[in-house]
Amino acid sequence: MVHPFCNDLIATFKIENMQIHKQALEMGKVEDSQVNKEAGNSRRNFIRYSVAAGAGSLLGASLLTGKINAEESDGEKVKVLTTDGRLVEVEKGHLCCEPVSHEVARHGIGNKKMVMVIDLSKCRNARECVKGCQKMHYLPEDIEWIKLFLMRDNEDTGPYWFPKPCLHCNNPPCVKVCPVGATFKRSDGIVLIDNDRCIGCKFCMAACPYSSRVFNWKEPKIEPHELDKNYSPENSTPGKVGTVGKCDFCPDMVRQGKLPSCVTSCPNGVFYYGDENLDTVTNGSETLRFKKLLNDRTAYRFMEELGTEPSVYYLPPTNRLFDYKVGFNDISEEEIALYKKEARIED
Amino acid sequence: MNIDSKTQRTLNKFIPQLESMSKFGIAFLVILILIFFAGVYALYVQLTEGHIVTGMRDQVVWGLFIVNFIFFIGISYAGALISGILHLLRVPWRSPIIRMAEIITVVSTIIGPTYILLCVGRLDRVHHLLLFGRIQSPITWDVIAITTYLSGSIIFLYLATIRDFALLRDNPVKVARWRNWFYKVLSMGYSETPKQKEILARATDLLSIVIIPLAILVHSVLAWIFGMTLRPGWHSTIFAPYFVVAAVYSGTGVLILAMWVFRKVYKLESYITKIHFNYLGYILVMLGALYGYFTFSEYLTSWYGSIKWDMEVLHRLFDPSDYWWWFFFAAFIGVLLPIIIVTVPRFRNINSIAFASLIAVFALWVKRYLIIIPTLEAPLLPNHDLRPEFIHYSPTWVEWTLTVSGVGMFFLMFFLISKFIPIIPVMKISEEKDYNSLRKKVKERNLRRLMKQVRKSDTVNG
Repeated sequence: MVHPFCNDLIATFKIENMQIHKQALEMGKVEDSQVNKEAGNSRRNFIRYSVAAGAGSLLGASLLTGKINAEESDGEKVKVLTTDGRLVEVEKGHLCCEPVSHEVARHGIGNKKMVMVIDLSKCRNARECVKGCQKMHYLPEDIEWIKLFLMRDNEDTGPYWFPKPCLHCNNPPCVKVCPVGATFKRSDGIVLIDNDRCIGCKFCMAACPYSSRVFNWKEPKIEPHELDKNYSPENSTPGKVGTVGKCDFCPDMVRQGKLPSCVTSCPNGVFYYGDENLDTVTNGSETLRFKKLLNDRTAYRFMEELGTEPSVYYLPPTNRLFDYKVGFNDISEEEIALYKKEARIED
Repeated sequence: MNIDSKTQRTLNKFIPQLESMSKFGIAFLVILILIFFAGVYALYVQLTEGHIVTGMRDQVVWGLFIVNFIFFIGISYAGALISGILHLLRVPWRSPIIRMAEIITVVSTIIGPTYILLCVGRLDRVHHLLLFGRIQSPITWDVIAITTYLSGSIIFLYLATIRDFALLRDNPVKVARWRNWFYKVLSMGYSETPKQKEILARATDLLSIVIIPLAILVHSVLAWIFGMTLRPGWHSTIFAPYFVVAAVYSGTGVLILAMWVFRKVYKLESYITKIHFNYLGYILVMLGALYGYFTFSEYLTSWYGSIKWDMEVLHRLFDPSDYWWWFFFAAFIGVLLPIIIVTVPRFRNINSIAFASLIAVFALWVKRYLIIIPTLEAPLLPNHDLRPEFIHYSPTWVEWTLTVSGVGMFFLMFFLISKFIPIIPVMKISEEKDYNSLRKKVKERNLRRLMKQVRKSDTVNG
């Protein structure tokens, strides 16, 4: 039951946890239990409770959405120590290892509004974001949720590398056309797919102008023991045959207070991820004011003219750190030729 | 119901067609059933191995299945629009061909949506369309429109057949018992009383009015599935009427082909005459011209505007190493050839009109392919995929087998229906003959009266 994630949680959620617990109490969803006194009696107990403490934050997070199903409440209960030293009882289903339910996943996290800023001046086609994403989501090598393009606007302008996750549009053409509501826009700005509801009509793929969506053409081959989590629309893992997949903006990581793996695996800090409402974005090594960054660097949104209002902003590829040719270092000749052809680069 | 001698005589001609089957017919049936099972096998492969066995990939997400879907919904227009309008306008020559047109409608409206199901990744979840249906999605509009349309056209066909069911039920010639039972149930106690006759006529009129806007709506909604997306080559305001015109065009073509086939097979030369081919040929020409006009208008505006993405699609269509020859066939040959064949009197005969229809129908299938595939092959972002199948779509044997199987199903269902109800409305035909002879009598009487007047005036003057 104890999951490696949980160890990190104690640290990451120290502050947030207190607030969450307070709010949870106010909402009357959690009863302050009498087991306080028992806590800390033995070392083993202490470890167990503190490990469970992280889970409290998750519970809090799901409580904030105000969506806990009555049916779920007869599940197994687990005692959890909050960071302010009290012990509460929560359902096992809300521990960190267990992803949120399909219903909870439809509503978004708290009053967040997740955004991403991609600094094109720092990208050199290292492709670590692609690999990190594939590893995290158990994607086979031929499925990429982040794609890397070599862009060139016209023959006279410089080519630049262009990483593109799902843009999580605020006016998403894919969500509009879904006949069963399998893909949906949440209050925190994230566009998710419920792979248990998707019928695989591929209309969303035809409607997405950004080629963000990929189809599971065959049964994804994942050994069950490799998976450390159950399926939830929030972790999109494992993919399901005959349904659509795409970058999910990692809401499961947000719930754990962590960054998506594209952000952490990028060697150049290209990706900044954060909450628009908090006005902060971070690439893991530096945290910046979101609005100020957009203003200072004259950020733009990709194909703004389509009216899709993406949540992903790009910082223009000015004063690039690397020559675009650096990006050709680790890829095959064949691939280089294709990139060059698409970008109309002549030798 | 009293059967007069004329009706009986007509009926007697059709009974053998229903009951007996020639050696050729049996062979045809066996082949169709084999084709059907080939399709079942292809479907089994697709279901067990996933859509990886098709040629569809992340860029070209829709392939032959959607092309066939649009094609079959298109030819369903034969019954809905042609027969509906001919009925409403009381066109006197319509009687021998409307039953065929209505059967085409029903059969193709059943087969068309099957292709949508083949294209769906999770066939086991199709009921989600009802459980979680969202009215915002054009697919939901399509589900509603097509089910309504299918019900409408089945009722339309049924109403037009009730009188023949009653006739077959009361027919003194002996037919198989199960047939009699079906005819008895399906005729619903109709016995041609004046009141029943009036109700039936009124219901048929009403339905032929309803079916026309319904048919237009079905193909408009279908066009909007493409028109509503932000894709070059699809995002066009004229897509709905363009699809409607193309659909009637191909529907008329299929109707002429069906007439040609049944005329030969069932020896209906005395009922389906050159007049029918000529008149439907004229309709075909008019629709072909309209379709050509829409095509010209669509591609001219997008070429003249020359938006980058539109040009990407146009380059593919006009590139001889890509789709040019198919485009040339679908947009030029498919329009001009039928027009020339039908309008030049020297070329116009029953066989050539049928050939012109064949060209039109095939061109329209190709046109649907050229609407779907090149657009999907031209995404807004560059396609850096190393795998050729992710860049260029080429259908696999699974898709081709299911396509052929669908066409086979069309023939099979048509064939079986023609073994169950006469392919020509017997009651109506017999009535028409009465009407014709009556008109002849009236003419003769008028002529005699005229003669008398002339003679009278002669005597006065003389």
